[in-house]
Amino acid sequence: MKASLTLGKVSKLMGLGFISTFKSLFKGELDKKDLQNFLRKVIVPLASILLFIGIWHLGSKVLYNIEADFRIAKALNEQGQAAADATAACIASGDSTCQPNTLPSPSQVWESFQSLLRDHNIISADKAAFKEKTAALNETRTAQGLDPIVYTGRPSFVDQIFRSLKTVFAGFLLALFIAVPLGIFIGLSPTLKSSFNWFIQIFKPVSPVVWYLLVFMIVKTVLIDSSEDSSFTISFISVGLCSMWATLVNTAMGVSTVDKDYINVAKVLKLGTFQKIFKVVLPSSLPLIFTGLKITLSVAWMVLIAIELLAQSPGLGLFVWEEFQNGANDSNAKIIVAMFVIGIIGFLLDRLMLSIQNAVSFEKTDAV
Amino acid sequence: MAYLELKNVCKTYETGPDATEVLSNINLTIEEGEFVAIVGFTGSGKTTLVNLINGLLEPTSGEVLFKGQPVSGTSHERGVIFQNYSLLPWLTVEQNVLMAVKEAFPKREKAVYKRKAAYYIDMVGLTPAINKLPKELSGGMRQRVAVARALSMKPDMIIMDEPLGALDALTRGNLQDQILNIWGKDKRTALLITNDVDEGIYMADRIIPLRPGPNATLGPEFKIDLDRPRDKTEMNDSESFKKTRNAIIEYLMDIGDARKAEAKAPIELPDLAPKSFVAV
Repeated sequence: MKASLTLGKVSKLMGLGFISTFKSLFKGELDKKDLQNFLRKVIVPLASILLFIGIWHLGSKVLYNIEADFRIAKALNEQGQAAADATAACIASGDSTCQPNTLPSPSQVWESFQSLLRDHNIISADKAAFKEKTAALNETRTAQGLDPIVYTGRPSFVDQIFRSLKTVFAGFLLALFIAVPLGIFIGLSPTLKSSFNWFIQIFKPVSPVVWYLLVFMIVKTVLIDSSEDSSFTISFISVGLCSMWATLVNTAMGVSTVDKDYINVAKVLKLGTFQKIFKVVLPSSLPLIFTGLKITLSVAWMVLIAIELLAQSPGLGLFVWEEFQNGANDSNAKIIVAMFVIGIIGFLLDRLMLSIQNAVSFEKTDAV
Repeated sequence: MAYLELKNVCKTYETGPDATEVLSNINLTIEEGEFVAIVGFTGSGKTTLVNLINGLLEPTSGEVLFKGQPVSGTSHERGVIFQNYSLLPWLTVEQNVLMAVKEAFPKREKAVYKRKAAYYIDMVGLTPAINKLPKELSGGMRQRVAVARALSMKPDMIIMDEPLGALDALTRGNLQDQILNIWGKDKRTALLITNDVDEGIYMADRIIPLRPGPNATLGPEFKIDLDRPRDKTEMNDSESFKKTRNAIIEYLMDIGDARKAEAKAPIELPDLAPKSFVAV
């Protein structure tokens, strides 16, 4: 049974149903109901986005004015009228040395986004050039058994995104491989459940920061001989440990609350223990396990920023922190860019999980 | 020797002061090749009785003997058709049946399993829907899959727990005939639990009413002496059918009335009189 993958199916699988509405709009197949649907699913969200940007713009303008007035007043009080006039003129001229530092406006954020992309292009070009230059040298070095020379320049914004994704996926996989098997055992055995319950209840609410410190204590000692940078190891383990609880609890719950009818079927058919677990218990608890995994992935992405920041592991978290410490003129705008990028990637990750869930599970779940 | 024998079986749920005896003193014997129906109200403990016989539950006291051996746990010798189909929703019709075949006949080739499954699915007329999921089927079709699954294990005895309870009258009649057909082919022993007296009379050799629980017991049995194959229209004109039917229904109604009368303990009403607000 091979299902053909059409645009409609894929978009429905990902919970992006409005794409098919778009398609029928271009084909001219819209009737009244479709039009209503189109209004609700495309026009209304677009309008609300515009409204959001409008409020943001006005808000940032108000904040800008407050900050500017404060600076002028301060110059007036401390240095007199001439200094106040100079400050006002400087602000009005748009000179970067005396811009009020506050919530950036949407246009500033957009500009920063573009400058980050330009920056990325420059860095990738630089990297490519470096690779070309060192290619011959590296070949001889590897032939001699030496480590090849690698690019050690500043990572671009896009590189940071991929580093972050790598950390999150490593953490997510760690959570998956710990929490799902453990959850299954806990769900199957009441003895294990009562022996693990205190553990889960106590460690579930622990903050990401504390997890990081704990992992740091352990990994630092374990890797004491290693000269390599352990920040990636520490951050992905912390992310995994922070985020695995939802999957653990959901899996245990799914496994222990399998419909009694299915258990009766397994008994009447005299399925062996393994058969019972793999053919009856697991498939029926799959929807709950996936709900847990979805929460785990979004929690992993959420705590990542804090953990990268603490671990000094390259990625979006470190980017945000460095921009904040940096205090350059466009730092605030870059932080907002990172915020949107984090949000959008989080949304896409959630949809990715939803598609996997709908592809493997017998119960279809709608996007929320 | 009786094929299936229940001796003074009692079943109590919970213990201590909360204990409720659902079944008490159940005595039942079924001979080989016999088709017995047990008729009772909903909530009278029918499903408990079925689960005792198929081995999902153990009696609190008394014995359940199958072929002379006490029943402990489930067995492939006793096929069960559940009230709510109990198909696994993530498996197709074929996979649902295959699962049973594989367990009942271990270590055969894959093709043998496929052939066996296909045979039983064909028997209930579901070959066109072989690759469908249970949710894509109607209630009657789902129950037919459950029938195919139970039969595919080649059980010596078929236990049916209100198998047609949730179906409409037309589908019900159809499936009754199909089950009778299959039963007639190799005359396996069958036990049907139902709340429909007509269904019991149409299908069974013997009908035993279950007096409603708590403390449910079996009532006197009624023999059905109609020749097989039975015809529904003819049956309606037959004197002996009418007599048996009325006797069973009367018996069940009497128990029902008796139970209602028991429940009607007089409630003492408070002595109240309306207050007068009219100025004297």
